[in-house]
This record gives sequence, C-alpha cells and structure tokens, in this order.
Amino acid sequence: MKMRATLVATAAAALALAGCGGSSGTTGSTGQGGFKAPPMKAVTHLGPGEGQVNLISWPGYVEDGSSDKSVDWVHPFEKATGCMVKNHAAGTSDEMVNLMKTGQYDAVSASGDATLRLIAAGSVQPINTKLIPSYKDVFSGLKMKPWNSVNGVAYGVPHGRGANVLMYRTDLVKPAPTSWDVVWNKASPYKGKVTAYDSPIYIADAAVYLMAHRPDLKIKDPYALDDKQFNAAVALLKKQNADIGEYWSDALKQVQSFKSGDLAVGTSWQYNVNLAQSEKAPVDAVLPSEGSTGWSDTWMIAAHTKHLTCAYKWLNWIISPKVNAQVAEWFGEAPSDSKSCALTSDKNFCTTYHANDEAYFKKIWYWTTPIKQCLDGRTDVSCKTYADWTTAWQEIKG
Amino acid sequence: MRLSRGARAALAVAMTLGLAVIYVPLGVVIVSSFNTDKTFGWPPSGFTLEWWRRAVDNVGARDALATSVKAGFGATAIALVLGTLLSFAVARYRFFGRDVVSILVVLPIALPGIVTGIALSSAIQTTLRPIGIDFGLFTVIIGHATFCVVIVYNNVLARLRRTSGSLEEASMDLGAGVFTTFRHVTFPAVRSALFAGGLLAFALSFDEVIVTTFTAGAGVQTLPIWILSNLTRPNQAPIVNVVAAVLIVASVVPVWLAQRVSADTAGGRL
Amino acid sequence: MSSAEGARPASFARRVSGTLYRRPGLRLGGLLTAPLGYLVVVYLGALGLLLMSAFWTTDEFSGNLVKSFTWANFHAVATTSVYRTVLIRSVGVAAAVTVICTAVAFPMAFFMAKVAPVRLRRGLVVAVLTPLWASYLVKAFAWRSMFSGDGVLDWALTPFGLSSPGFGLPATVVVLSYLWLPYMILPIYAGLERLPESMLEASADLGAKAGRTFRSVVLPLTIPAVVAGSIFTFSLSLGDYITVQIVGGKTQLIGNLIQTNVGAANNLPLAAALATLPIVIMVGYLLAVRRTGALDNL
Repeated sequence: MKMRATLVATAAAALALAGCGGSSGTTGSTGQGGFKAPPMKAVTHLGPGEGQVNLISWPGYVEDGSSDKSVDWVHPFEKATGCMVKNHAAGTSDEMVNLMKTGQYDAVSASGDATLRLIAAGSVQPINTKLIPSYKDVFSGLKMKPWNSVNGVAYGVPHGRGANVLMYRTDLVKPAPTSWDVVWNKASPYKGKVTAYDSPIYIADAAVYLMAHRPDLKIKDPYALDDKQFNAAVALLKKQNADIGEYWSDALKQVQSFKSGDLAVGTSWQYNVNLAQSEKAPVDAVLPSEGSTGWSDTWMIAAHTKHLTCAYKWLNWIISPKVNAQVAEWFGEAPSDSKSCALTSDKNFCTTYHANDEAYFKKIWYWTTPIKQCLDGRTDVSCKTYADWTTAWQEIKG
Repeated sequence: MRLSRGARAALAVAMTLGLAVIYVPLGVVIVSSFNTDKTFGWPPSGFTLEWWRRAVDNVGARDALATSVKAGFGATAIALVLGTLLSFAVARYRFFGRDVVSILVVLPIALPGIVTGIALSSAIQTTLRPIGIDFGLFTVIIGHATFCVVIVYNNVLARLRRTSGSLEEASMDLGAGVFTTFRHVTFPAVRSALFAGGLLAFALSFDEVIVTTFTAGAGVQTLPIWILSNLTRPNQAPIVNVVAAVLIVASVVPVWLAQRVSADTAGGRL
Repeated sequence: MSSAEGARPASFARRVSGTLYRRPGLRLGGLLTAPLGYLVVVYLGALGLLLMSAFWTTDEFSGNLVKSFTWANFHAVATTSVYRTVLIRSVGVAAAVTVICTAVAFPMAFFMAKVAPVRLRRGLVVAVLTPLWASYLVKAFAWRSMFSGDGVLDWALTPFGLSSPGFGLPATVVVLSYLWLPYMILPIYAGLERLPESMLEASADLGAKAGRTFRSVVLPLTIPAVVAGSIFTFSLSLGDYITVQIVGGKTQLIGNLIQTNVGAANNLPLAAALATLPIVIMVGYLLAVRRTGALDNL
C-alpha cells in the first residue's frame, strides 16, 4: 500500500501527445475530446483456456497464500479454470507501463495515472464486457469512466476504489472537524501534529481546498492547474509545512503516530482509520465538505496477449463477488462488485468503506496525472505537468 | 599501557553502556514479536504467540530468505575470487597505478548506496536488457559483488602483509610450482582471513536494501526487500519482528564461528 | 587454481606454472585482469553511464531519455535553493553521525583491545558484530517505536520530567549513529589491537603517564583507523534515504531527492546530476585521507 506514494507517477506520455483531456473527477469529467486510441477492436468470442496467465499487479492484489495461508484466491482460480498464474508484483506505475511494453504479460492492475498511457501506447486492448459475466454487477459509478474507457469503449474492469479522508484524534481535535480547514488555514492549534500525504499528488488536495475557499482562482479540476492556481496551491502547502509533524507514505507508520498522539489530524485512508480504531486509538474520520481526492484501479488486458482466454477469465474472477470481497478486505478498499458486499467476512465492511454510497464518491476527484494540456478542457493556458509538481513538492518539503 | 583504576572503570562503564544501547532496540524487536499490539505500542498490551505461529506458515518470508542466501552466496563467491586475486597483486607486486587500485576497490562501498543503485540500474537498463538479460537474481549478485570485493580484499591483504612473501619464494626455489605453492603455502596462511572476509561480505549482502531495490527484478525478493514491503502492512509487520528476532539469535552462530576460526581476534575487517 | 591435479592436467598445469614462474609480469596480469576488469567495467562503467546521463534530459511527453548534451540539470542543481539546503543538511547529518560514532566507538574499542581480558575479547567482538545481522530496517523501525509518543523512550524518560525528542532531524542522527556504530568500532578495534604492547611500555618506561601515552602514542597511531571507520559512517549516512523516512518526521536528505527524481519524477538525468554531489564529496574525502593510510585500515 505504501506504493501508492510512487504510484501517481510521471508523464502522461503519448497521452499528452494525443491531446487527451481525460479528467478523473466524476464531478468534473469533461469528455476526452481529441484523444485517439490506437485502432483495435475488442474480441467477440473466446477460445479454450491456454493454461497460463501472466499478471502484473499491485502488492496485495494477487495473493496465493504466501503472505497469509488464509488469503488465497489464486489457487482456487487455477483449479477452476486450469489457468496457472504467474504474478509479478510491481512497485510503481512506471514499472507497470514498462513491463507491459515487454509483451510478456497478459493482464495488469493499472492505476488511474497509468491506464491512459497504456491505452495510448497500444499496450492494452479494448475489452468486450459481454465476455465478463461479473461485469454487470460492477457499481455503475465505476463503469465507463475517463480512466478506464475511451469514447465509450471499455478498456478494463474496475478493481476497487477509495477516498482520502480526514482522520483526527477525537480527544485532541475539538469540535469534530467538517472541513479541511484544520490542516490548512486553521492548523495552528495542532502545530507539529498535522500530517500530509508524502507525494507530489498531494498538491491536488490543496487545490481541492482552494476550489472551495478561493473561488477567484477558478480551479475546475485539481489536476489541471495553471501557473497562478499552481502557485497558490504551492504557497498553501509551504505554509502548511510549518505545522506538519510528519509526511506519511504508508499505513502502518501513520496509524502508529495517530495512536501514540504524535499526530492529531490529517489526510488518511479508510483502511488506516479502521486499523487505528481497532487498535483502540481515539480517532475518527470524515469526508470534509470540500470533497476530497481518491483512487481507483483497473484490470486491463495486453494488446498482444498469448493467453487471451485466461486473461479474460482472470478479469472475471477478480471482480466476481466473492473474490472481489476478499481482495477488498485484504487490501482495505471499497469493492467494485455490488454483490461483494453481501459476502465480506465483516458484515459492515461495505458501509465503512462507503462501497454503495455513490453520493459519497461523487465528491471524490480520482488521482490523475497532470499534463500540459489542461484536463479541464481549457485551451488558452497550459497547465503544470507532473514534473513541475514533483519539483515543487521537493521545495515544499524544504 | 598502565591505566589508573579509575580510567579502567570508566572504560568498562562506557563499554557496558555502549552494549546496552546496542541491545535495547534489539530487545524491543524481540519483545514486539510477542506483543498483541499490531503497531508495537509501548508498554506491550499483551502476550501472544500468534505472530510466531503465523511466521512459521509464511511462505513469502521463507522464499525471501532463500533468495537472500542465494544472493549472498553468489556475491560472496565472486568477491572471494576477485578480492583474493587483487589483494595478492597489491601485496606481492609493485606496479604502476597501485594507489589507484586501493581507491577503486573501496569506491563501491564509499559511494552512497543510492548512487551505486541508480548507476547499476540504468546501466542494466541500457546495456544488459537489450541483449536479453533482465533484472533478476543475477543482477542483484552482480551489484552486491561490487561492494563485497573490498571486504575480502581488506581481510586477505591485511593477512598477506603480515605473512612474508619470502615463504612463497622459498617454496618455489625448492621446486614447487606456482599452483603447488599456492595450495601448500599461501592458501593455508590466508584461509582464516578468507573465511572472516567471506562471512562479513555475506552479512553485508544479506542486509543490503538500497542497491538491491534498484537491481532486483520485481519477481526477486530478498529478505530485506520482503521486510521493507511487509513492515508497512499492519497484518504482516509483527511477523517481520519474528523474522528479525530469529535472525538476531541465529546470527550469533556464524559470528562466533568466525571468531573461533580467525587467528586475529577481530574476526575480520570491514 | 589449486585444482592442478591428475595425470594429464598436471603436465599442462606444470607448463602453465613454469611460464608463470618465469614471468612475474604475466603472474601480475593474471591476478589483476579479472578483479580490475570487473570493477572497471561493471562499476566504473555504470558510474560513467550515470554521469553521462546527467547531461541528457527526459522528453516531457514520452518520459524517454533525450540524448543531446545540456548543462540544464547541473544548472538546476546549482540554482535551486532547496538542493543547496538539503545538501548542507545531509553533510551536516553525516558529519554529526561520524563524530558521535567516533566518540562512542573509541572508548568501547579501547576497552575491548587494551583493557578487557583476552578471553573476554572474542565475546565482546561477537556482541558488537551480531547486530550487523539483524535487519537494518527492523532496527530502524524499532527506534521508531522507541521515539514515538507512547514509546520506550517516553516511558523511560517521563519519570525524570523529560520526553522523547519525537521524529525529526535529531532522531535521524541518533538512529544513523546507532546503525553504523559497529562499522566504526571494528576498524578502531583492529587498529588498537595492532598497536604493540611494547611501544606502550616503552612510552611508560620513558616516564609518560597514561594520559601522555594516549595523546602521544595511541592517538596518532589510531587516527588512520578512525578515518577508515569514518569512511563508512560518513558515506552510509550521506546516501541513506530510508532511515530518514522512518524517523525523520518531515525531514528530507539528499538521498530522498535523488530517489524522488529517479522514481516518482522519472527524471534520471536530474537524479544523476544530484548524485554527482555525494560522488564529488566522497571521492574528495577518499583522496584527502589516502595520505593518512586510512585505506589500509578498512
């Protein structure tokens, strides 16, 4: 999970060349005008299984019992389909994009910042969702989104999603916050105990805050920031740095710090909140009124796969209700399959992770790589690229 | 050196305090491996054998341990050969650029790991991958060997400097060939230095994180890499403590062995 | 080499042996080729490629390397104030760690080499070496839990009205010093052990008190060993980016910048330009200490 830090990486590559304007926020997604996927058609039928499938995945997505004996959805898949799984756990989106170019892999669990790069590079093929029986049960809020489809053509199946929420110590932060104020303009009471996510993508969180509180900046999409908007966000982050106790990048460290009281308030994941609460830390979390950032991953199939049928079978397997419930619980994210909620071992799992709550996810701006062409559709200015964001992030940390 | 009683006592106190500081964190690790608290809060909230039970079942950790041992043996083997050859050249011959060699050999360990890491990573990317050699265990061994050479080199060189070359000359004057002389005269003299150097080289490779991160293919997981990716996962982190506790206890054996075999009490040089 | 046995290989081996015996230059060549080849091709070659890429750029769109010469990366490194700040901070941390390690290691090594009874020495060396095998990451995390608000340090210090310093630069220095301490103890110990007892006795016979012997004999003769140890502590601290992530709070060091640029930013050229800073510092340091004989004391 810590790898999420590095996950929203670099250059939206060929994507940018193609002039793509795919925004990730469900609220603000404009079309993908100008983005042309390489000509390729989804298959209409599948042959017999090939006996093997090679996957690239985030750690925790493809478990065969080697981490924990009871966490295993690979062996049952092999038994059910005869497709033997070879998994390659990748650390970053860049690694995934590069590995997919080698042509040795059949399917990949790509994140929002990698999907369009993979499509533009011709590394992945369109998906015929009719060949994936489980697809019909996927939450509609995740289907045909700018990061998993192009002009109405699906390129993958949604794996799961999560929001970045505001976690706080109930004994130290009073009254309970409802706004991101407590980590920005009103953070001083918690000086040294504020935390922020250690990645350039966190700049978008500042932008989300400015969207609500500085209407004069006219930010429409937190991933599409021109010079002025970007500088305002960076200034806000530099100011925040004085109050920061620790930038966090992995769940365990953050939970430790909240539990010990080294941290009192800051952005977090539902997973961390639950873990902290289960460890008896006096914490709670809220999705603040300004909305927030979040993430969603997509399983995609390689363009020139030698194991097409097995790859389709894997996609179907991983979003099938039972397996999707297992993955979601192991990884700590909202499942993408609507029937999963009945099958989780913790009956309240979907409620805690807001899996059914479309209104909740309407407020989320899913992570996307900022590119020069403004993602909000503006053509009169150029926006800051992820490279700019990275440089700025180093300066923010000082 | 005749030290006053006070000075001796002060030094003994310093030694004791130093050892205490060295061992308190290790004690914390061992205690944490029995702590019910998943995030290692202090004082421990309760006693459990759960993590030890789960560690026994953890295939990932066992595989990673096996990979680390393979990488360590591979790198140590290369280091033993190359380090020995180099130390003989430096100890027994005078040649142009001998001073440069002493800097060159120490460079891989003197330059920060991240520099070595990204240098090797981009070199593998641009030179090895096009000819079909991808990141994997092999590249890890290549990477580790660069900084393991100096350890063996230092140990053997120190020994060679203490044993005179005249014994070898005598052997050859008496008609023994170069190889026979090596087998019967030189090798016995440096054997324990090789063992001590090899052991330290292995230890260095065994605990290396940064260079490994940059040279391992994602399919290759050494123990430190496994630890790095599991320490951040709350369900797994306590198991890491178990693995570390086992390592701490188990490592006494090779270190003690090196001590016994080695002629000088330092048990090797870095 | 020693496998020159058996009937037929023996004659061949004998011929080779004879040639080698007659021609020391050949012997030297045979000894040097493999190790130097390895170090030069694999290590210097990789470093050379890295330095070369510092003059390239990455394509803004594709993220691929553009192999045309530019000073832009070095210009960025020289003019961006955050790089300067972080470099100074990193050198400061490395220097502080080295000083702390020396201060702690010297008395310990001295006790081990010159005070402790001989039969205790082996035990002490084992005690100092064993932690090298316990994972560096696990030790850093153990320190993290010790530094935290409900950790061992707070728990132990509260009765004295003190509290843990929390995460940050001081914690980073403490943990790095802890991690690299054995790398300082061992060379100093070896250096002290080599000091002949007779020399110390001579000093005493000439009327020097312990303090004088220490200042005039022990210290000058062990400085190369200390410098040798400092190569480890300084360079290991200078390149570390993991410990600071674990206990450094919001601190970043030069290693973090290099790592961010090569990873998240996918900008190898800039990372390479940044990497020249520690390279220059360490090579300069090695050249400077070569005269002291430290390199023979590693």
